[in-house]
Amino acid sequence: MDAATTRRRRLRGAAWAHAVLAIGVLIFFLPIWITLVGSTHDTATIGRGDVPLLPGGEAIANYTAAWNAGGGRYRSAPAGLMLGNSLLMAVLIAGGKIAISLISAYAVVFFRFPGRMLAFWTIFLTLMLPVEVRIIPTFQVMVDLSLVNTMAGLTIPLIASATATLLFRQFFLTIPDEYVEAAKIDGAGPLRFFRDVVLPLSVTNIAALFVILFIYGWNQYLWPLLIVNDRGLETIVVGLAKMIGSGDTQNEWNVIMATAVLALVPPVFVVVAMQRWFVKGLTETEK
Amino acid sequence: MIKRVIFKGQLLPLLLLAPQLAVTAVFFLWPAGQAIYQSLLQEDPFGLRREFVGTENFDAVLNDPLWLNALGNTAVFSVSVAALALGVALLLAVQADKAIRGANLYKTMLIWPYAVAPAVAAVLWLFLFHPSIGLIGRALNAAGVAWDYKLNGGQAMLLVIVASAWKQVSYNFIFFLAGLQSIPRSVLEAAAIDGARPFRRFWTVVFPLLSPTSFFLLVVNLVYAFFDTFGVIHALTGGGPGNATETLIYKVYVDGVQNLNLGASAAQSVILMVLVVGLTMVQFRFVERRVHY
Repeated sequence: MDAATTRRRRLRGAAWAHAVLAIGVLIFFLPIWITLVGSTHDTATIGRGDVPLLPGGEAIANYTAAWNAGGGRYRSAPAGLMLGNSLLMAVLIAGGKIAISLISAYAVVFFRFPGRMLAFWTIFLTLMLPVEVRIIPTFQVMVDLSLVNTMAGLTIPLIASATATLLFRQFFLTIPDEYVEAAKIDGAGPLRFFRDVVLPLSVTNIAALFVILFIYGWNQYLWPLLIVNDRGLETIVVGLAKMIGSGDTQNEWNVIMATAVLALVPPVFVVVAMQRWFVKGLTETEK
Repeated sequence: MIKRVIFKGQLLPLLLLAPQLAVTAVFFLWPAGQAIYQSLLQEDPFGLRREFVGTENFDAVLNDPLWLNALGNTAVFSVSVAALALGVALLLAVQADKAIRGANLYKTMLIWPYAVAPAVAAVLWLFLFHPSIGLIGRALNAAGVAWDYKLNGGQAMLLVIVASAWKQVSYNFIFFLAGLQSIPRSVLEAAAIDGARPFRRFWTVVFPLLSPTSFFLLVVNLVYAFFDTFGVIHALTGGGPGNATETLIYKVYVDGVQNLNLGASAAQSVILMVLVVGLTMVQFRFVERRVHY
């Protein structure tokens, strides 16, 4: 086989690869494109079923309506309010999970005390009990504690995290013993060591985990659906799904599409902007 | 592996563990215990009377044609979502691995759907497949296919599968690409020198080296299809038409939250718990092996 044939074959291979990838990317973008375009037309255009393929001129009107008033058959809460709720919920869940996992892992790795392994396995058990398998009894607990329809109820039950604890434990085990010895010689106690050595060393892991957990928090569905029926606390993902109702043709689809765009922009932005941390977080939490 | 050098103290570590353990006990262990307890009881809807009925709730659930229907739906749905998401991701990852120029750009353009919530993914696909306002839905009807996912169970299932798989492709793509890029070039070159054509090279060299990643992803995808797709089904079909897209998780929700049938819902929860424990154990046993690879 001469050099020219090899070269031609390689070029043909590369062309194929790019073609397949381009089609893949197009399929990935198609639903987003249709939604983006739809969010810039008026209700009648979409209701008639003339699916537009190019943007129209109603963008400002639609996004203003969605942001300030909401829409759909089921009058949703204004998207501005729902976005605020989602943002607060996602940040509290991600921050809470990271905070309590950091200190639990620190306790398990740097101390010996009775019940250490029991505590570790108890945390580990939460992996096996997703909300979906304990819906009713968990809801009863929420009622007993008057946490229904509160931001605390929306976030606190979700901040236990076996994966984050496992990840930090794994990482803490790689911190050399010499560091602890040096700290002890310098007279630093455990809290000082945590603040001045362990936390700064964990920054990369915290950033990577934050991206993953922010998206986890933002995308919560069943939990807010169960414990929130106060419109003031509605999150955008649940609010959007409620706007669809039973999917009737006569609906303010343009406003719904604008709300859909608003619902997906923040998490998508976080993933794309923090891609490096995201990939790291994803591959490490699953190890 | 444990640390040799540690800090002294008994109270401090317990204080540090307290928040996590408190949340776990109140919102995980107690409700799970309650689910097991309630699954053994029969209660009237007003909570006035309850009696111990042993395994009666379980017998009722396991013989309920609607539960068996949900079990079948879950099997079809999960296997299809996993197969579709893994197949498409592998195809794209292999191409991206070949096209070294631009691999990173493709990566950026393919990973963002991971961030889209399952319910939002459902809404996006609804805009495409709605029979009267959707681009593809209308085209299908114009072409003579009677497309209406709100009336046809098979079509509804197809739509929830596609919307669920679309989102999961990104995740699989990232892991497949990492797996492919970690295969030493020398192995591939050796195979090429031995005269193996690209297709054969893929099946005899690349794919076996990828199998730990693939198996791990299979488990993750099944778990995703089981538990994380509630939003897709709730937003798109509400389990219907009829009960055509009602999965096990969706049925627990309907029986417990809408029908207030606590005993049946609790018994289903316990059955699901057993299932999750099994899946988690498979996942963790496997993770041990993945590290050695």
